[in-house]
Amino acid sequence: MNIIIIGCGKVGRTLAEELNEEDNNITVIDTDAAKVKTLTEMTDVMGIIGNGAMHSVQKEAGIEDADLLIAVTGSDELNLLCCLIAKKAGDCRTIARIKNPQYSNESEYFMDELGLAMVINTEYAAASEIARVLRFPSAIKIDTFANGKVELVKFRLPDESPIVGMSVKSMAMSLKCDVLVCTVERNNEAYIPNGDFVFAEKDVISIIASHKNANEFFKKIQYKANSVRDAIILGGDEISQYLCDILLKYGINITLIDKDIKRCNELSERWSDVTVICGHPSDKQVLLEEGLANTESFVCLENIDEENIFLSLYAKSINEDCKIITKINRIDFDAVISKLELDTIINPKSITADVILRYVRSMKNSMGSNVETLYNVIKGKVEAAEFLVKENSPVLGKPLMELKFKNDVLIAAIIRNKKVIIPRGQDVICAGDSVVIVSKILALHDISDVLA
Amino acid sequence: MNYKMIRQTLGWILIFEAVFFCIPLITAIVYKESAVWSFLICIAICLVLGRLLTFKKPKDTTLYSREGFVIVALSWIVMSIFGCLPFLMSGVTTSFIDALFETVSGFTTTGASIFPAVEDLPYSINMWRCFTHWIGGMGVLVFLMVFLPLSGGQNMHLMKAESPGPSVSKLVPRVRTTALILYAIYFALTVTELVVLLILKMPLYDAICASFGTAGTGGFGVKNDSMASYSPAIQIAVTVFMLLFSINFTSYFLILSLKIKDAFNCEVRTFLFIVFASVGLITLNVYSSFDSLGEALRHAAFSLASIISTTGYATVDFDLWPSLAKGILVLSMFIGACAGSTGGGVKVSRVVILIKGVINELRTFIHPRQVKKVSMDSRSVEDATVRAVMVYIACFVVIFIGSVLLISWEGHSLTTNFTAVAATLNNIGPGLEAVGPTQNFAFWSIPSKLVLIFDMLAGRLELFPMLVLFYVRTWKK
Repeated sequence: MNIIIIGCGKVGRTLAEELNEEDNNITVIDTDAAKVKTLTEMTDVMGIIGNGAMHSVQKEAGIEDADLLIAVTGSDELNLLCCLIAKKAGDCRTIARIKNPQYSNESEYFMDELGLAMVINTEYAAASEIARVLRFPSAIKIDTFANGKVELVKFRLPDESPIVGMSVKSMAMSLKCDVLVCTVERNNEAYIPNGDFVFAEKDVISIIASHKNANEFFKKIQYKANSVRDAIILGGDEISQYLCDILLKYGINITLIDKDIKRCNELSERWSDVTVICGHPSDKQVLLEEGLANTESFVCLENIDEENIFLSLYAKSINEDCKIITKINRIDFDAVISKLELDTIINPKSITADVILRYVRSMKNSMGSNVETLYNVIKGKVEAAEFLVKENSPVLGKPLMELKFKNDVLIAAIIRNKKVIIPRGQDVICAGDSVVIVSKILALHDISDVLA
Repeated sequence: MNYKMIRQTLGWILIFEAVFFCIPLITAIVYKESAVWSFLICIAICLVLGRLLTFKKPKDTTLYSREGFVIVALSWIVMSIFGCLPFLMSGVTTSFIDALFETVSGFTTTGASIFPAVEDLPYSINMWRCFTHWIGGMGVLVFLMVFLPLSGGQNMHLMKAESPGPSVSKLVPRVRTTALILYAIYFALTVTELVVLLILKMPLYDAICASFGTAGTGGFGVKNDSMASYSPAIQIAVTVFMLLFSINFTSYFLILSLKIKDAFNCEVRTFLFIVFASVGLITLNVYSSFDSLGEALRHAAFSLASIISTTGYATVDFDLWPSLAKGILVLSMFIGACAGSTGGGVKVSRVVILIKGVINELRTFIHPRQVKKVSMDSRSVEDATVRAVMVYIACFVVIFIGSVLLISWEGHSLTTNFTAVAATLNNIGPGLEAVGPTQNFAFWSIPSKLVLIFDMLAGRLELFPMLVLFYVRTWKK
């Protein structure tokens, strides 16, 4: 696909890198020559220096032949203008990033009347991700397939869990639970385990199961999976505000700490149910006073990464059972950060990029293959893809154990007549089924690609 | 430094070289020459070595700027060393340095020869000489990029190091597609020339060799008198194609995408202006020594096109022309072709930026506070680019003077030394006096030949890859 990305900030850069890997022709536009230069030196994309909202600049970038334009500059108005001009200049789909909550509320108008394909709000996307994690505190990451019927839950194995030291086979026998282990991450390596794989401490595993079975599984491996009842949020920025809106709906008690008295006044006027505390978040006394030792969750949304990491580590030392969420803006050092054993790291920019990537992939796939949804299970290493099986597919009618699959491929779930089947060797795939496949082969196009 | 990637790329270069050897091999088979065996042995050597070097795939495929420069410089050296094997094996020369000089001269599209009588050489050897021009013209690493799935934007470092011009830009988002388009244009233009020459009744073998030579703006001929004995029509056709190949290939891409106005940018306009003005002046200057104005114009145009495109074919011995004509020719040696073409020299765009930069500096003497940027095609040129151009020209002058000094001990005339370096550093071929169009480079001593070999490589690769190769820090961890 020919894709134009306007704005070479963090989101633009991530998008350009990921989409370039997936065989798209990318042109990036930015007014900052240095940013364009760095990006074009690192990745195989064409760079154009100029104002992306100018018709002539878009034309130079090849808007006539473009399939998609993504506007992710820092300014909402500029992003919208870019999309409107692109719509007029070429016949392409457009995605705009919108920050201002006032505009976000209008996103339906933008999509229906102004013809934008997608409007994404970085802060809101981050907030809803945090909210999801808080409802499922033990999970590290949750993705849903088949309209929410199947969950892909990623979590770190607790040290005292009974399945540490067990193999996948013996775990299935002893627990008698209908779940499927998809991937195991150990020391920055990704594995798709077979029956003889043995679990170890600190493994990050992801399982596929229905919501009910997942809960049962968590209970059996002695892992708490209950939704939190209270939360301490540090920082009163936009993400926190969106988060408060969502969490209040779930009936979670919120304590919000911010250092700015003016903002505290505004926030307390807005929500009477939220306990707004004016104090410096890095003040130990304030945190302890507000019940850090007993809280069920702790969300660091300060603007300085270092402060967030430090406070999260401190909270962990005070309150072992607390669910801790850390916002980190810079993603370049993720390998080091993952060693710190922070529970959940939220990177607003990469969440935005992920959401856009998901859209682009499904758009691309709808142009030639039959992937319904696609997720990064382990970034850049393992993907989970949901396929619709067609009449003439080569996988039909044979039990799974008779089909020869490539290495590192796992049939994770079959969805038939709105029911989820966690497949075993004797199960058969039928036409019309949705099949979730987890594999190390990235960018699968059809279910037949996994056959050896 | 990623040595494994360097090894891998060099291996691929050798494998491609083996493929390139097939063209002269076919010629040798057609003409039933004994050189068949030497080419077969060369192919075997390159294939075996190349396979050995590429056998183990490196895990880390990252290339940074420094690897880009080093790979390009080493590739050209390795390619030249193995490319000279046929000359030695077929016995046309026994000196390694002579064979190397001839090959480097071929790959760098210089066209300076050490063979006094090329008509005595086997057909296959002559075909190889001309074909090296064609390979070297667009660059072998650009060729490599078309076929090898190198990852990411990193191969842009390779393209930047190999392609001529102050700033290298892509035509389309992907480097690989860009390389493919460039080669497609190159190939199409070469075939067009071949067809035109065949229509003008040039013998097939001569036409193929001449097309390769013109396309790469090289200059190796298959006749002792270069292009003099061909018909005027052929000479005019070659003139036109020499000029076509010295225009920025981006322009052709723009013409194909129907952006005609953008195609005739500042550089192309300046280039055409220089060509027409110089041809006019030379014609006036040499008019008296020819029978008619038409003939004078034809030879003036051919010689100028040959020199400014840095090809180096000749229809007359311009060494015998009056000094104004010779002066213009020597000057146009330095200006050279457009950036992004197959020609050499300093490049028109650099000259334009240099002149505009100098005018800007002059302005600041009159209006010390004036803020003004150098601009081309109503776009301001980045300060870094202007600085790079200045540094390039300064380096060029230093290398030039150094080389002239290094070969001066042999005791030839200043004109000979001066134009010998000018002709090699700018990848032209013939100079004046002892290295004039009717002469050759065989008489130089081995050290001088090595200096000239370095000049040819440095000129083709635009100085910096060769300089980076000899810079100590490059190799430090």
